[in-house]
Amino acid sequence: MFLLIVILPLLGSLISGFGGRWLGSKGSSIYATACVAFSSLLSLCAFYEIGLAGTSCHLTLNYWLTSSTLVVNWGFLFDSITVVMLIVITSISSLVHLYSIQYMNSDPHRPRFMAYLEIFTFFMLILVTADNLLQMFLGWEGVGLASYLLINFWFTRLAANQSAIKALIVNRVGDFGLTLGILTTFWIFQSVDYSVICSMAPLFENYFFQFMSIKVHGFSLLGLFLFIGAMGKSAQLGLHTWLPDAMEGPTPVSALIHAATMVTAGVFLIIRFSPILEFSPLILFLLVTTGSLTAFFAGMTGIFQNDLKKVIAYSTCSQLGYMVFSCGLSCYDVSLFHLANHAFFKALLFLSAGSVIHGLNNEQDMRRMGSLMNFLPLTYSLMLIGSLALLGMPFLTGFYSKDFILELTQSSSNINLKNLHISFASWLGNISVFFTSFYSCRLIYLTFLNNSNSSRALYNKLHDSSVLMAFPLIMLALGSLFFGFMFKDLFIGIGTDFWKGSIFVLPNHNFFIEAEWLPVMTKWLPFSLSILGIFLASLVNLVPFYLKGLKFSSFFVFLINKKWFWDVLYSKMLILPLLNFGYKVSYKTLDRGFIELAGPFGLSKLIFTWSKMVSQIQNGQITHYVFFIILGLCAFMASTIEIYWEPSIYFHLITIFFIYFFFI
Amino acid sequence: MISQFNYMNVSIMLFLISVLGMFLNQKNILIMLMSLEMMFLSVSFNLIFCSIHLDDILGQVFSLVILTVAAAESSIGLAILVIYYRIRSTISVELMDLMKG
Repeated sequence: MFLLIVILPLLGSLISGFGGRWLGSKGSSIYATACVAFSSLLSLCAFYEIGLAGTSCHLTLNYWLTSSTLVVNWGFLFDSITVVMLIVITSISSLVHLYSIQYMNSDPHRPRFMAYLEIFTFFMLILVTADNLLQMFLGWEGVGLASYLLINFWFTRLAANQSAIKALIVNRVGDFGLTLGILTTFWIFQSVDYSVICSMAPLFENYFFQFMSIKVHGFSLLGLFLFIGAMGKSAQLGLHTWLPDAMEGPTPVSALIHAATMVTAGVFLIIRFSPILEFSPLILFLLVTTGSLTAFFAGMTGIFQNDLKKVIAYSTCSQLGYMVFSCGLSCYDVSLFHLANHAFFKALLFLSAGSVIHGLNNEQDMRRMGSLMNFLPLTYSLMLIGSLALLGMPFLTGFYSKDFILELTQSSSNINLKNLHISFASWLGNISVFFTSFYSCRLIYLTFLNNSNSSRALYNKLHDSSVLMAFPLIMLALGSLFFGFMFKDLFIGIGTDFWKGSIFVLPNHNFFIEAEWLPVMTKWLPFSLSILGIFLASLVNLVPFYLKGLKFSSFFVFLINKKWFWDVLYSKMLILPLLNFGYKVSYKTLDRGFIELAGPFGLSKLIFTWSKMVSQIQNGQITHYVFFIILGLCAFMASTIEIYWEPSIYFHLITIFFIYFFFI
Repeated sequence: MISQFNYMNVSIMLFLISVLGMFLNQKNILIMLMSLEMMFLSVSFNLIFCSIHLDDILGQVFSLVILTVAAAESSIGLAILVIYYRIRSTISVELMDLMKG
């Protein structure tokens, strides 16, 4: 059963991909959806068996690599973290499959789309179920590859090609870090198995690398590499630029990749390596600062984006920042809880956005929408649920995890005054709550409530989504309404035994109980900030109120709308110089210049000139031939005789004589 | 002993003079043939001297053979020369450079 969870999507992908021609468009999509739905049912069973009934399952199939101390098995580890991820991945994935049957209805390549979605799910499952780093890396790279294929699904569009390549390459930067992390792990532990690493971690707490008389803390280095990997995959500040651009793919892809699965892989990695990261205060500090900066930056950027999907993409980026800094606060379980909750309401938001886009004939710009409330009442209500869950309204899903993260920052920044970075994170986190509610409400206003600016032809064809699209949305809405409430005690209740050692937290990093005793005003802070955000968004959208008039604010609006010029910065400072270097130095100067001159081109030219010179010696004059015959004879005799006998004065004289005549 | 080697020096000098005649001469192919004959003569002279000096008959036999060969070779060379003269009506060596590398 456990292996079937992983294998089924692979089977579905292979058969619907290669057999799509025979299964037909409808058949292959039904087949693929059935496979992943069955897999999600099985993962529910696995959740019961492992999460609730409290067993743990570790399957080892066969050797993958054995080379002296390096032993890598095909192993599948099902523990509490894995089953939570399994639930998230397979349920969201099957809903997305179901949704995209209708969404991609008129697309001629639906079997291919289904196959890509399935292979994506398969690699994601490999990623979360692996019991060693190498197999996890297989899933990691596979997910990147599948995301490339999916973003580039409409491969005739230039923008899709560009953003797919960007996604792959920016991810590859992180993957490079992860590769180094795997090597470091093997160096320290002589193993890449989770079981070995996690149980041996306390023994290597004081392991240091000696490098050119610099001592580097082994776990900090390892954590840094893992964090670089997580940065790439989870779109943390610095390597986040691919995520908003990846919205070029079809909307279900955005829901699957950028809400539920791919971007959560980085957070999953951090959670999985909690026994190592706990011993490195430096890495925890990095997680907190980077995560909170990401949350702040992405939340701020989201507020003046005009593309419907990009707003949601920046919101994803921001929520991932929350997850990462909650990991930095050693609250890995809260982070995983937020991950699961976020997967539900973000998938809901993306898929509702897809419903809007589908209804409006692929119009994505929010400025051309408006007053859709009357046309798409179901989508409106679903999107409202998603947005409210996202901005942490009490008793919705987002509230239970997001507010708890913020309370944790409050309590842990109060516990030790030296932890300035945590109080910094607390500030940034709270401010980004405000931004979150602002852009969510701005999205709702611009899309559903404001007056429309669009053409009448578009509105005549407007239709709400059909049952096949509405059903996954409703399921996700139920998830985002009740998931947090139902699973709060199981996941992050005090003294819950759900995790059973799959997450390790140092005792002095634990702030759970303190967070329950915060002052009421502090506890209410995030909620009041979201209310303020809603209020401001309403003010901007209902009352004619222009930010344009102020020079100061218009600069900031421009800056935010241009995404803080990160892309410009990267292309000016990194990409163009690298491309220039590649063209001017390594191509023109080295490859076509120096090596060409020394190698093929120069050599052939040299031989040509020399052969011409040699053939000019044969000028047809018989006397010259005679001269060369005698010269050769003399040279031969001079050389041989000099070797065997004493140098004979005669032959020297004769040789000099002839050479002298030659120059006459 | 030294006076004996003077014979050899004479033959070598004769050989060198003939070699110089071979390639210092730019005009006449007849002179070339003559210096070739001279070369043969110097070699024969050398052989005869050596045969006397070493008290071995083989050198004299060899010089007789060389004389025969030289006679045959000069007759063939003169025949070629005559044919060449008929075609080009000149025997200048300088103008024999139609075949270049």
